[in-house]
Amino acid sequence: MSFVDIVQILDSTIRLATPLLLACLAGLFSERAGVFDIGLEGKMLVAAFFSAAVAAVTGQVWVGLLAGVGAAMVFALIHGLASITFRGDQLISGVAINFLAAGMTVLIAQDWFAQGSRTPALSGDARFSSIDLPFAEALSGVPYLGPIYAEALSGHTILVYIALLAVPATWYILFRTRFGLRLRAVGENPGAVDTAGVSVTRLRYAAVMICGLLTGLAGAYLATGLAAGFTKDMTAGRGFIALAALIFAKWRPWHALGACLLFGFLQAVSNRYSTLDFGIVQIPNAFVLALPYILTVVILAGFVGKAIPPRAGGQPYVKER
Amino acid sequence: MTFTKTLLGAAAAGALLAGAASAEPGLIIDLGGKFDKSFNESAFTGAQRWVEETGGDYMETELASEAQREQTMRRMAERGANPVMVLGFANASTLETVAPDYPDTTFVIVDAVVDQPNVQSVVFAEHEGSYLAGMMAAMASETDTVSFVGGMDVPLIRKFACGYAQGAKAVNPDIEVISNMTGTTPSAWNDPVKGGELTRSQVSQGSDVVYAAAGGTGTGVLQAAADEGIMAIGVDSNQNYMHPGTMLTSMVKRVDNAVYDAFEAAQNGNLETGLQEKNLSNDGVVVAMDEFNADLVTEEMTAAVEQAKADIVSGEIQVHDYSSDDSCPALDF
Repeated sequence: MSFVDIVQILDSTIRLATPLLLACLAGLFSERAGVFDIGLEGKMLVAAFFSAAVAAVTGQVWVGLLAGVGAAMVFALIHGLASITFRGDQLISGVAINFLAAGMTVLIAQDWFAQGSRTPALSGDARFSSIDLPFAEALSGVPYLGPIYAEALSGHTILVYIALLAVPATWYILFRTRFGLRLRAVGENPGAVDTAGVSVTRLRYAAVMICGLLTGLAGAYLATGLAAGFTKDMTAGRGFIALAALIFAKWRPWHALGACLLFGFLQAVSNRYSTLDFGIVQIPNAFVLALPYILTVVILAGFVGKAIPPRAGGQPYVKER
Repeated sequence: MTFTKTLLGAAAAGALLAGAASAEPGLIIDLGGKFDKSFNESAFTGAQRWVEETGGDYMETELASEAQREQTMRRMAERGANPVMVLGFANASTLETVAPDYPDTTFVIVDAVVDQPNVQSVVFAEHEGSYLAGMMAAMASETDTVSFVGGMDVPLIRKFACGYAQGAKAVNPDIEVISNMTGTTPSAWNDPVKGGELTRSQVSQGSDVVYAAAGGTGTGVLQAAADEGIMAIGVDSNQNYMHPGTMLTSMVKRVDNAVYDAFEAAQNGNLETGLQEKNLSNDGVVVAMDEFNADLVTEEMTAAVEQAKADIVSGEIQVHDYSSDDSCPALDF
């Protein structure tokens, strides 16, 4: 494995980790506020569809992005209504959202475009193009760090950088603002927050809507950044891998970045090498791909530290009378 | 009690009506969808051509999930469709159990062999077509590295990869052939994002011609190839038009002909059961040449492909079929 290979794998890692990272942060906001969300997959899927469909019709990717994020937020609102206002089971609501998204996107796509549940291929302004970071050209000569900056970090679409910036932003919001403190409190002990005179419902809705926004970005990135259009079920389980990453990161933003990069890296490695040859042992591709799940189970089983979810997670808040 | 009787009577009348209906052919479109620009779309095109030319009518349904296979097959047979045509190797085990229950219905399966007296099995010599595609790839490559992206990792897809590698190595014994599979579950047919990422990974390893045999995932492969400025080879349907200028060719499986021939034979009452092989000699598999790839195909390539085709038909070149012994002399998986 030469240095050039490593740079290329890192480049691929960042592309693969971005949708996971956005979805993972989305789940982080929602679950920290005490609303479990297994509908990340479904929200990404509707966002992927509406961003691609609107971008295909208008030829403007930014309009598509708005539509995608809007659609994901509508789905987030449905989840909020079901699990906050009507105090339904959050897991069932999430499953319903996944089914609804899988069926609805295919149906609408077929009705609008009649191309077999897909949108037309996007080109030109209807897709996000890659942007070069400043000084990428000039710094590429610097040994080691230069190529990593110029090849691996630079040259992605804007959504990748938004995703990376969302990590410190999430950390700041959750741990350095009053809103963040209350949001975390609502996930641990909503009764106390209510006693303090702050609306639990409003805080949880805010968290769920932020979740919709971030999953919207994730879905739009899949359809208009990585691929060129929507195809049926194109999220292919990424929403669930993001949930695994969230548990792996123990519901913390910087760790979420680490977990998503690790999962992306494992995917990139398995894409590139069919077997990993370490001289003595040979590791098959399938094992590398399964590693994220194995690691998550190990963490959940409590072998490496302990994964403690927000205490009030999964429970609808009922005001005492 | 009387109500039950009425119900039974209605059911019996319904069954009689179904039996009396004139036999229309039935087509079950497989997962991936009618417009996958690939395998299923080709079958649909064949059925449409038959409708246009004969004015006949046929029944059609589309599978929505793996679990519906048996139910859909039975319902189609019970509605009186004859023959019932199913697409794809994944139907083989289901058809094995369904076919004996409907001895008066003829079933046609594409891409798999089902050994039942009322089943016609249509198989394609994908390895022969892929061999020609591999030759063209090797002749077009300037980096001496070509690559392959498969869908689900199954023997059928390895058969494509193996033929491709043999063709490439026949032109240039030193050529490197990179092969990747998208996954091991049916979702591997519908993941264009991963297909694109695999392609980029292959490009970074030096590949400048990529061959996609991956259903819907293939659209991501062809798109990534166009974005990265390398050449791509499509599969099943003629996909040359999708990205003119970067599409070297498409390895076309004439699934449309298989459907058309089966429907036509059934109408004339001479549909044969047993094994039907579609290969280079009967134009069951071809490499597509049209106005979209004319600029990329040199005269040298055309001549070499024609020669190889004649040699394969005459038996002078033996292309190894992966599914015959689950091994490939030209490529490691």
